[in-house]
Amino acid sequence: MTDAREQILARIRRALRDVPAAERPEEVIVPRDYARSSPAPTERLLSLLCDRLREYGAECERTQPNSVAGAVADACRALGLRRLAIPPELPAAWRPEGVELLEDRDLGNDALAGVDAALTGCAVAIAQTGTLALDGRSVSGRRALTLLPDHHLCVVAAEQVVDGVPEAIARLRPAAVEHRSPVTLVSGPSATSDIELQRVAGVHGPRHLHVIIAAERPPGRGA
Amino acid sequence: MSAAGGPRLGVVGAADHPPFPRAARAALADSQLRHNLGQATRAIRARRAEAVGELPDWEQLREAGRAIKDRVLRHLDHYLLELEAAVQRGGGHVHWARDADECNRIVCQLVAAHGTREVVKSKSMLSEETQLNEALAEHGIRAWETDLAQLIVQLADEAPSHILVPAIHKNRREIRELFAATLEEVPDDLSAEPAALAEVARQHLRRRFLEARVGISGANFAVAETGAVVVVESEGNARMCTTLPEVLITVMGIEKVIPTWQDLEVYLQLLPRSSTAERMNPYTSLWTGVSAGDGPAEFHLVLVDNGRTNALGDEVGRQALRCIRCSACLNVCPVYERVGGHAYGSTYPGPIGAILTPLLSGLDAAPSLPYASSLCGACYEVCPVKIDIPEVLVHLRQAEVERPARRSRPLGSPDGERAVMAALARVFASRRLYEAAQRTGRLARLVLARGGRIERLPGALGGWTAARDLPAPPAESFRDWWRRRARDAH
Amino acid sequence: MSSPAPRVSLFITCFNDTLFPQTGRATVTLLERLGVRVDFPLEQTCCGQMHFNTGYARQMVPLARRFARAFADSELIVSPSASCVAMVRCHYPRVAELAGDEELRRQLEALRPRVLELSELLIDRLGVEDVGAVFPHRVTYHPTCHSLRLLELGDRPLRLLRAVAGIELLELREADECCGFGGTFAVKNADTSIAMLSDKVRRILDTGAEVCVAADNSCLMHIGGALSRGRVGVRAMHLAEVLAATGPGRPRSGGAARGTGGARRGVA
Repeated sequence: MTDAREQILARIRRALRDVPAAERPEEVIVPRDYARSSPAPTERLLSLLCDRLREYGAECERTQPNSVAGAVADACRALGLRRLAIPPELPAAWRPEGVELLEDRDLGNDALAGVDAALTGCAVAIAQTGTLALDGRSVSGRRALTLLPDHHLCVVAAEQVVDGVPEAIARLRPAAVEHRSPVTLVSGPSATSDIELQRVAGVHGPRHLHVIIAAERPPGRGA
Repeated sequence: MSAAGGPRLGVVGAADHPPFPRAARAALADSQLRHNLGQATRAIRARRAEAVGELPDWEQLREAGRAIKDRVLRHLDHYLLELEAAVQRGGGHVHWARDADECNRIVCQLVAAHGTREVVKSKSMLSEETQLNEALAEHGIRAWETDLAQLIVQLADEAPSHILVPAIHKNRREIRELFAATLEEVPDDLSAEPAALAEVARQHLRRRFLEARVGISGANFAVAETGAVVVVESEGNARMCTTLPEVLITVMGIEKVIPTWQDLEVYLQLLPRSSTAERMNPYTSLWTGVSAGDGPAEFHLVLVDNGRTNALGDEVGRQALRCIRCSACLNVCPVYERVGGHAYGSTYPGPIGAILTPLLSGLDAAPSLPYASSLCGACYEVCPVKIDIPEVLVHLRQAEVERPARRSRPLGSPDGERAVMAALARVFASRRLYEAAQRTGRLARLVLARGGRIERLPGALGGWTAARDLPAPPAESFRDWWRRRARDAH
Repeated sequence: MSSPAPRVSLFITCFNDTLFPQTGRATVTLLERLGVRVDFPLEQTCCGQMHFNTGYARQMVPLARRFARAFADSELIVSPSASCVAMVRCHYPRVAELAGDEELRRQLEALRPRVLELSELLIDRLGVEDVGAVFPHRVTYHPTCHSLRLLELGDRPLRLLRAVAGIELLELREADECCGFGGTFAVKNADTSIAMLSDKVRRILDTGAEVCVAADNSCLMHIGGALSRGRVGVRAMHLAEVLAATGPGRPRSGGAARGTGGARRGVA
């Protein structure tokens, strides 16, 4: 094994004969003239996120931060979901009445596959691409939780929504890099384009994604 | 049954594959292939243009995508060592494989060490290169392909014909027949609707995901700074393979490393829009080593060379290693659209395949591929990392012309392209010879015979005139007219 | 006019010089009509594009030297061949690098900004779109790959064509797709080349045009050859020939007396 490593490294060095020995990696210039952040107002971001999610075939609704549990309960009723798996750290204020909740303390795969839905939060959401980023910590839950059940209900707080990919990658850094936590980016339900390049939903992973955005009503709007 | 189902290739440049022109001729006659491919590539071309058109900073992203990869490639040893240390810090194991056999050996040993006979596998082009499934089978290990299209080609015992959409050469009816013939518990009234076919695949694979103890995946990127390995997908099968089993083995080409976590902000924009023409693909998984209580307890990263250091050593060809396997070039290539992937005789078809194959395996493995292009440049226009494919094609043609094995054809014999090109160069290098050749018609014959052999002039012309008329050589060249006009004016 | 008449040297290209002199004649006629003084350095032969693209880059270094010498004194060089202009502007630097000749590199570098394709000269330097042409026919325009992607001519040829009196310009569908010529490609991969050509021809016929126009005779020979073989009654013509035309007379077919099948081309 060491032989292979040494040989490959030696081959690489030989192949890179033309690179000056004194050149340091950082000296190879990377122009970052692409958009890094956007000062878009929250309302626009939330509305964009919703539109993009719906384009993927996910459902998206909005509610006041103190009505999340109610909104979740309503969604469960409408979708016929009776047993939910949740991350243990899911806030009480998000937990719906009238539904059986199973805290995911190392639930087995079959148990997870047997619930109707997973209910989680997320770490950050990207408006432009309709993406939810789960960071494997606290309200995101572990990976299998949002993979096996056929429904995924996800609560997104308004302040978690950013405009584009660069901001999201930056926000995920503490979890992914400092804590080495696994990150999953979810953009719509599972899909494939493998048959005649037609996108069809639902091969593996949840076939239904329902997003609840918790945001204060914007000022000036009626009740 | 589609004639596009070629023999199992699985290597970069199979030596016994017919040269491209011959393989192309057969493929061109396959009307099913032409239809499927034409439809599919036309549709995705339009969607890609739309997805890319949404971003006002697309060109800046491409430039960053190019530069980041160039930085990595110029310091590949540095970044691989950084990656290795970071993965190990995260609790993962790193292995190094010089070639396909070594890669397969390492994977087989790791699987065997866990005493399991079945593994679930998500898409990995590298594993196609190394023919990993075959190697596992020789060790009595069954590898279940879980990517829908890979599953389709596996069941059909064929080779994939497209980087991104391996079963693009099959239509829904063919897939329905295939499932009915090879899978258990397929309902008799199974329709050919894509949704119904996807449901069959879902059921078939669900059980395997839940029971498999070892998963094998590829990787789109690996971050040197942090040790994060990244898989970009649509279906969720890679999430299944990388999350549920106890042991995860990821095989990855050494060129896939990127410097920093921040660099993902560039590639996670370039890749989805270029490949599936989406703003973002359904699932992207990023994990570092192992995490207690979440996912596999054991993680192995196998770093594979298999010819990449050959490509790296070619200063002009090195840029081919920037490739992020988006397949945008395939979808715009007028040649690929008409002949499909199998005609290239390589794991990597299309424009990128025409350069990567000889760079990885040597020109003697694929001497006809650098010529499988009209140099139209459409590929370069869409490449998210700005690989100048036409430049590399011309460079490889030069290498082919100068290749010692090729030079064994006698120089100076009237036959042979080399003789024609040398004759033309001599003529063009002298005004006197040039004008004389024009007058005797020799120039026209030479120019029009440049495909090959002066002696077999009818033959060469025959190739042209099989489908096209030739203009009759004019009575007076331009320069003769110019001189005559100047004389007449005095 | 207070400023002196502009001077250009014509870079005719070996292909046009030998096989399509009518394009050269048309270019001269057109430019002189616009008050440009045209000279023709007789030392020019071939830019070496065919050698370069086929893998014989080293063998064509003498041709690049000859080009540099032939046009050393030219302030401005114009060519009715987008592919040859692309060779000089885009690929000559690589040729000099391969030659390892610093002096050659310097010469070629100095030449590059002075070499223009015809429509670039007309639009960018002379500032004209209406060149006084009369061509009352149904025309469709095929943007060749070199003009589109290497020179990025954009809509310059179309703007020139639109200004032609009496012309009916018809849009070609999927115009950006390669016609399949590609130099040696048409011979080494004849089948694929023909498949691409068939689709290009079909789209040309779909427009209902009488004439297909382009900025490169290489592609036009390929397209025109198929149009002629098919006896479809559509002909191929170089952009310069349309722009040089000043009368509605029906162009006679050229060179019908000899050759295989008698290609029908417009005559300047």
